[in-house]
Amino acid sequence: MVALLIDQVVTKSPRLSLIIFEVMLTGLFFMLRVRAAIDPAYRSRLRERNLSARICIRNHGVGRTFIFRNGKITSLKDHAWKPDVRVVFRDAPAALKLITGMDDYFRQIHAMKNFHVDMEGPDELSLWFMLTLKMLVKKPGKNRFGTLMKDGTVRHTSNTNGGPVFVYVKNGKIIRITPIEFDETDAQPWTIKARGRSFTPPRKGTVNPFVFGLKSLVYSPDRLLYPMKRVDFDPKGERNPQNRGISGYERIKWDEALDIVASEIKRVKKEYGPGAIMNGSGSHHTWGNIGYWLSARTRFMNSIGSSQTIHNPDSWEGWYWGAMHHWGNSMRNGASDTYGTVEDCLKECELIVFWSSDPESTSGVYGAFEGTVRRQWAKELGIKMVHIDPFYNHTAALLGGKWLAPRPGTSHAMALAIAYVWIVEGSFDREYIAKRTSGFESWKKYILGNDDGIAKTPEWQEVETNVPAKDVRALARLWGSKKTYLSPGGLVGFGGACRSATGIEWARSMVCLMAMQGLGKPGINMGGLQQGAPLDTSFFFPGYAEGGMSGDLDTTGLRINMYQRMPQLPTMNTVSQMIPRLRIPEAILDGSCEGYPTDPRSIEGQFKKFTYPAPGHSPAKLYYKYGGSHFGTMSDANRYAKAYRSENLEFVVNQSIWFEGEAKFADIIFPACTNFERWDIGETANSGGYSHHQFIQWNHRVITMQHKCIEPLGESKSDYQIFQELAERLGLGAAFSESTTELEWCRRLFNASDLPQVISWKNFLKKGYYVVPAPEEDLRAPVSYRWFAEGRPKDVPELSPLPSDYTEKWRSGLQTQTGKLEFESSSLKRFAPNDPERPLIPTYVPSWEGHHTSSLVRKYPLQLISPHPRYSFHTMFDGKDGIVNDVKDHRVLIDGYYYWIIRINRRDAAERGIQQNDLVKVFNDRGAVICAAQLTERIVPGSVHSYEGSAKYDPIGEPGKSPDRGGCINLLTPSRNIIKKSHSTASNSCLVQIELWNGDSNL
Amino acid sequence: MKKWHFIIDVAKCENCNNCFLACKDEHCDNDWPGYTISQPLHGQRWMNLQRTERGRFPLIDVAYLPKPCQQCDDAPCIKVSQNGAVYKRTDGIVMIDPQKARGQKAIVTACPFEAVYWNESEQIPQKCTLCAHLIDEGWKRPRCVQACPTGALNTIYLEDAAFGLLVNEQNLETLQSGNNPAKPTVYYRNLYRFNSVFIAGSIATDKEEESNCVPDAEVKLYRKEELIATTTTDEFGDFKFDNLPRNIGAYQVQVIEREAILDSVLVTLEESKVLTTIRI
Repeated sequence: MVALLIDQVVTKSPRLSLIIFEVMLTGLFFMLRVRAAIDPAYRSRLRERNLSARICIRNHGVGRTFIFRNGKITSLKDHAWKPDVRVVFRDAPAALKLITGMDDYFRQIHAMKNFHVDMEGPDELSLWFMLTLKMLVKKPGKNRFGTLMKDGTVRHTSNTNGGPVFVYVKNGKIIRITPIEFDETDAQPWTIKARGRSFTPPRKGTVNPFVFGLKSLVYSPDRLLYPMKRVDFDPKGERNPQNRGISGYERIKWDEALDIVASEIKRVKKEYGPGAIMNGSGSHHTWGNIGYWLSARTRFMNSIGSSQTIHNPDSWEGWYWGAMHHWGNSMRNGASDTYGTVEDCLKECELIVFWSSDPESTSGVYGAFEGTVRRQWAKELGIKMVHIDPFYNHTAALLGGKWLAPRPGTSHAMALAIAYVWIVEGSFDREYIAKRTSGFESWKKYILGNDDGIAKTPEWQEVETNVPAKDVRALARLWGSKKTYLSPGGLVGFGGACRSATGIEWARSMVCLMAMQGLGKPGINMGGLQQGAPLDTSFFFPGYAEGGMSGDLDTTGLRINMYQRMPQLPTMNTVSQMIPRLRIPEAILDGSCEGYPTDPRSIEGQFKKFTYPAPGHSPAKLYYKYGGSHFGTMSDANRYAKAYRSENLEFVVNQSIWFEGEAKFADIIFPACTNFERWDIGETANSGGYSHHQFIQWNHRVITMQHKCIEPLGESKSDYQIFQELAERLGLGAAFSESTTELEWCRRLFNASDLPQVISWKNFLKKGYYVVPAPEEDLRAPVSYRWFAEGRPKDVPELSPLPSDYTEKWRSGLQTQTGKLEFESSSLKRFAPNDPERPLIPTYVPSWEGHHTSSLVRKYPLQLISPHPRYSFHTMFDGKDGIVNDVKDHRVLIDGYYYWIIRINRRDAAERGIQQNDLVKVFNDRGAVICAAQLTERIVPGSVHSYEGSAKYDPIGEPGKSPDRGGCINLLTPSRNIIKKSHSTASNSCLVQIELWNGDSNL
Repeated sequence: MKKWHFIIDVAKCENCNNCFLACKDEHCDNDWPGYTISQPLHGQRWMNLQRTERGRFPLIDVAYLPKPCQQCDDAPCIKVSQNGAVYKRTDGIVMIDPQKARGQKAIVTACPFEAVYWNESEQIPQKCTLCAHLIDEGWKRPRCVQACPTGALNTIYLEDAAFGLLVNEQNLETLQSGNNPAKPTVYYRNLYRFNSVFIAGSIATDKEEESNCVPDAEVKLYRKEELIATTTTDEFGDFKFDNLPRNIGAYQVQVIEREAILDSVLVTLEESKVLTTIRI
């Protein structure tokens, strides 16, 4: 009301405005005094700083100075005296608008961008002053959050990669972490009626096993509790980069650590120019929308200008570089939407083929065990299941069904043979092929061997895959005669097979097989019940890739919804130099490299080759690394150790929660806290971005306030706070924080979502979560591809492809040039029609590191696959002396050391004299890893299985040049791109030898 | 008198370890006075998950046996304990009093299920309490059961008589405790997946110059000329006779077509057996 009056009336008269402004300042002074008198919390706030601050108008002498001394406030009108801090308004009307509209961020941001207001003085003091004024607007008293339980604990809420949680806290300490069980006021779930039965998911959330390990990780002895400096690093003298990963650390004060990093940032910019700062992070972070790496970090890194390390589409690979060229879906990195598929599958489907698909281990991504109950229903309904995987995975073990075990990297041969059987026996959908697809004749010719004289028969594939021809023929006949769901990967568009030298051929062959069977018809679709629950997708809450507070319109999804809904200062990285993440070592050691982008806007986004260094840019000199995962997750990871130890890298700072992995290769370490020690807000399994509506893996939409459950341990700080304090040293403090707090950012994000329509901020903050009601049955999303199969306009709730990417009318057809599902790709024909590595149709391109590479096979006869781990999320939950170490199938305790596990067939073990739990050396030319052997029939003979994702890199000798007994399997995997025209990992094409370890430290 | 009863379905356990880890989350670094001292961070397995693989590549299956304290009715740990250090509550939960049990290592070795652990630094035997400290506070289930995503673990609070009916109705079994008649009260469903063995095989034909699986073939299993089971092959020509006792002499597998015996194989079972592909 006051704001409206000010807007409509007062600001039209500059004179009146000026008078009111002066009155307001006087009023402000009295408000400060009164609040200090009645509110003890505010009193203690005032004691934090001694300063003088003046609020004034630029074009008049009008203003008032506020003096804070030992908690006492005095005030002066005099403007001759120079204060520590000045808040300068352009004129009185602008001042009134802003003072009365403190909660209106659109107005505030507009004023900041257009210099209606400016702040002068040290950032740290200005920010303190602004926050103190903002606190004045809030009612006294503490924010109430959490639920008091009978035993005196307070039950808080938080969120994780493995599901939302209750966090029970007593006396400032976490007692337990549990899944969320809904109460009677929470929304009722959906019911699916199928084949005479009704299916309703339980009214609770599930969580991944590693979530139960979190308390032990929060209190881990490996927590970084203080800023640290490598003992032989002297920023003004000898830096000893060669000792990174070897030398120890000493505790230093925050001020010293921050000063060193701030001055190094300034130094390299001054000495080398744009591009000298390199920044990178893992693909995942502790959950949230504010503290997330795509939020606070991006805002900061954009603000200082930094060369970004570009992530390869590592979960998608073959789908991104391959399948996309046949069915589009660039906005999903070549994967597919899965709307309505749970209901369709339960109602119509007769067979599910899980192909390189183990959702019971990988949980899709962030899906916890939400899909498990749905797959159990499918089993109860008698839906048949087949599992194609070199490893008898946990989904197969739980659900049963036929297991076909191809040699790794060869199962695209099996796909071609299935197509062969369908073609010669006529068991495919001719009408669909004619109406909805193009280029089938080319593929058919290839399959039948009309071009190369080789018919791709089941017998032909047997030579490649080792799977008996009879079994593949039986599968083809079963599949050809039943309504079938194909589940390629734990999520549609993932799968270990896509991360191999043949991943592109595999992924696109999956798409083409489904095209032959009529993708989108009832009971015929993609998925293994891991995605596609009937949830309300119309209710808006952002996922982490929508950029939170990043201000970044270029590399996050901010511009789709959030920029309009959550006004904030935009940030732009002025440094366009990019470094492919898999080529960081070459960038540093060789000084040059090239890559292809992960740009999901269009199919052509991936064609734009880039080089490093970028024209006119400095090579990277300063590396600001976020976390320490790369030894466990990047291929041929010894390269990274060597790069860290190069003098080409003048300075390395690592911001990490735990002292592990790459954190041990830094010059300065910033100790970050976990998400239980800071504020954040986030929805379970909602990543947004290239995984639009990811939360339909869940049976419920659970949006959580992520309470600051406990104070940060030791001297650790939230990532936001660390960036804030660094920003203050670079004059960017106000721009970074917009003079608000982390909790206030959460409230801004809350207000930007649809939540305020259904729950108040106060109640949300207190209770900590909200369950979005399931939509009424007739408002459920239609089934993916049904519109396509039936030749109608696209009707599923996703905006992609972008309007300009349709060939005909908007929403008509696929993203491909023909608008059809293309067996022969038009985009590849335009880009590289004669690329032998990626022909226009899916073919059998043999692996460049596999059973055909005979010279290597002689030395390294075993094929190693390293899928995503079951008991950790990459490196996040492994090691750290946590309780997950005790999981028998995760690590094995031998002579006081927790070793990583490698699974080997009994036959291969016997040939090598290896017995259960023997310590073995797994090695090739790239490195050696010491593991505990687990003897099993679950792995195809000739292959071995060990998860990626060891958090622990523990070289026995010189880093980068000695065996690792931490378990970083990726020391062994090839760094070569799947194909030259890509930036990709083929980690599942890896030849190794295994022998009993005699304790030596030789590679 | 109502008691807590633990029912575990082996066929639904997928070794996710949620139970094992939830237990550690609850008990590591937390003392529950009157119930138990904290569990050491590493080493103890109050919910012990055991694994078995049956068969040979590629006809295999895998099963897991979640093994908590069996809450025995005639508990050897109670018998061996001094000064009432171990006792059974009226609701069926066997409890170790940490103070009274200090130094009594015999409580550990008495357990036929290896479910009691020795806390070396405190010199105290420890085990699963069924989260009695939570149950007494009104929790509906212990942490392991709350954490289980597949329905493999269940606890119910029932009168003995009603539970007895359930045991009969659903064919529930307890673990064997060797010569020690401990009368365990944790009941299992589909225990055969862990304890019994199977005979499996595939039937194929090489007619018409290509190898094919033979679906719908009739396969019979005899022992001492007595027909034990009949099955038919699936789409992949596979068959499986499960839930067989081991080490009881020879079985005979016969493949039948129109009442004629096409093949016959003699099998002795120490472990599960996968026959060489039968070609007809």
